[in-house]
Amino acid sequence: MSTTDPKVSTAVLDHDKVADQAQTYVAKFERNETFAHRFQRFLHKYPVAAPSIVLVLAIIAFSLIVGNRFLHPFNLSLVLQQVTIIGVIGIAQTLIILTAGIDLSVGAIMVLSSVVMGRMAVDYGLDPWLALLAGIAVGALTGLINGLLIARMKLPPFIATLGSWNVFFALNLWYSKSETIRSQDINATAPLLQWLGETINVFGARLTYGSLLMLLLFCVIWYALNWTAWGRHVYATGDDPAAAKLAGIRTDRVLLSVYVLAGVVCAIGAWVLIGRIGSVSPQAGYTANLDSITAVVIGGCSLFGGRGSIFGTLVGALVVGVFRNGLALAGVDVLWQEFTVGILIIVAVGVDQWIRKGTA
Amino acid sequence: MTITKQMPVLQTKGLVKRYGSVTAIDHTDFELYPGEILAIIGDNGAGKSSLIKALSGALSPDEGEILLDGNPVHFSSPMEARSLGIETVYQNLAVSPALNIADNLFLGREIRKPGILGSVFRMLDKKTMEERAQAKMEELGLMTIQNISQAVESLSGGQRQGVAVARSALFGSKVVIMDEPTAALGVKESRRVLNLIKEVRSRGLPIILISHNMPHVFEVADRIHIHRLGKRAAVITPLSHSMSDAVAIMTGAMEVESDTQAVS
Repeated sequence: MSTTDPKVSTAVLDHDKVADQAQTYVAKFERNETFAHRFQRFLHKYPVAAPSIVLVLAIIAFSLIVGNRFLHPFNLSLVLQQVTIIGVIGIAQTLIILTAGIDLSVGAIMVLSSVVMGRMAVDYGLDPWLALLAGIAVGALTGLINGLLIARMKLPPFIATLGSWNVFFALNLWYSKSETIRSQDINATAPLLQWLGETINVFGARLTYGSLLMLLLFCVIWYALNWTAWGRHVYATGDDPAAAKLAGIRTDRVLLSVYVLAGVVCAIGAWVLIGRIGSVSPQAGYTANLDSITAVVIGGCSLFGGRGSIFGTLVGALVVGVFRNGLALAGVDVLWQEFTVGILIIVAVGVDQWIRKGTA
Repeated sequence: MTITKQMPVLQTKGLVKRYGSVTAIDHTDFELYPGEILAIIGDNGAGKSSLIKALSGALSPDEGEILLDGNPVHFSSPMEARSLGIETVYQNLAVSPALNIADNLFLGREIRKPGILGSVFRMLDKKTMEERAQAKMEELGLMTIQNISQAVESLSGGQRQGVAVARSALFGSKVVIMDEPTAALGVKESRRVLNLIKEVRSRGLPIILISHNMPHVFEVADRIHIHRLGKRAAVITPLSHSMSDAVAIMTGAMEVESDTQAVS
């Protein structure tokens, strides 16, 4: 077998011999690309960039239109207070959208948790810390239900959470007996529940503990997404579930953990909500579902999963907050605020498509 | 010329897999020897994929046994086969487009920082992973890829295949299985991947190559396992037989006596 059969060596090796003389690079990267192309690539690499540019431009525009009233630290901290709840719920929504899912029940989970916290503390006289824990447990449990429907029973997230949204909201009306727990009662029995609404003064800005907790949560989740294996698995699961599975990732477990964590984050949002409005109302936070999706989308997260940054959602929430606040200060009718937010959503999704098209 | 009878790295004896009335694997014997590239060829429906799935842990056979280094093994999942050092490069490129090259190489097998950062805070050791990814890519001659932290979606098909092969070479300690690695690639890119396959072999890893492309098979394979009707029809070498012989055996136009089984 040591003699080489000439028939084989010529027949086999001749056929694509010319390929050896071909240029050695596998792919050539065009360097003379247009500015638009480079910009596209930049936005793709840094998903926070696009909403940040919009935020900076909006702040400049409104400080020119409205003047100093807008840029005053007090007003800016007011914007932060106004976006706190959406920011927290947006964290939960971001986690889910990164897995290519969507959660329509986040608002309902938040309200249900807040009602549980309020009733446990005020009606049953439980220790406020235990009441908080009970609310968080409800958040985790509702998240687990969503997770099981989606990860185990393989229901589409949109449909599963559309159903659970109604179920959780009905449970919330039943458990609260459609009654509001008054602020005075909470203040008398469990002031801890309102603690996140208290403010501290920093250079004329009035920051609530709720806003600070929101910022802390963003940092914690950012760390988990970017610096732990779990975070990489969340991105991989949303990006291409089949590839993630072949790489040995238990994608159903990843999904389950994401929905449970999102439920817990919503329950923390419930605590923030009580701090913000003072009372516990079964009708509060009803718009949080869609507002959180708005913040995530404007924040540059792709609804197709696997792409986006958690801080994009913070910026997205701030963009909405700045537009609403700025337009209100400029004396524009509320209906034009809604109009503007609508335009922002459409532009954000359009930009996302453009970025994806340019670099795929 | 001496024929050294080495112990096969991976071996099957009388492997059987039935799907209802269809017998996909029909008492198949199979041997992979250390340091060789063994190509598996066969017509559509010959049972190549079933055999590969059994070897990579994706399906469990009904009868027969699989031996790894002479020891019987049973895989209930691809993860188990992988933990024993059998890596598979899938035809449909199991890479995550949005993640970067280093992340992809270590996906599912991330390295954590030492000490409390890793054990309590679960912090990834990105630096180590990037360095090891860089070293492996360079070792395999894949450094036309400029930046280890660039997203895989910005790579060409051949480069992505390179990432998948690098991953298998990084973790495969016993066997690398490659399922149609050049099927979706152009001429030049195929060439790079073939060189890559030889590069992996020169590192001492035996490779099972499944391919429809006869010239590619005849160029890189040391031995060729021809599968027909669910069993091994013959094992030939590129030196002992021509491509048309291989096609003839594959399609049943030529019979091969069993004692011509080539041994490396």
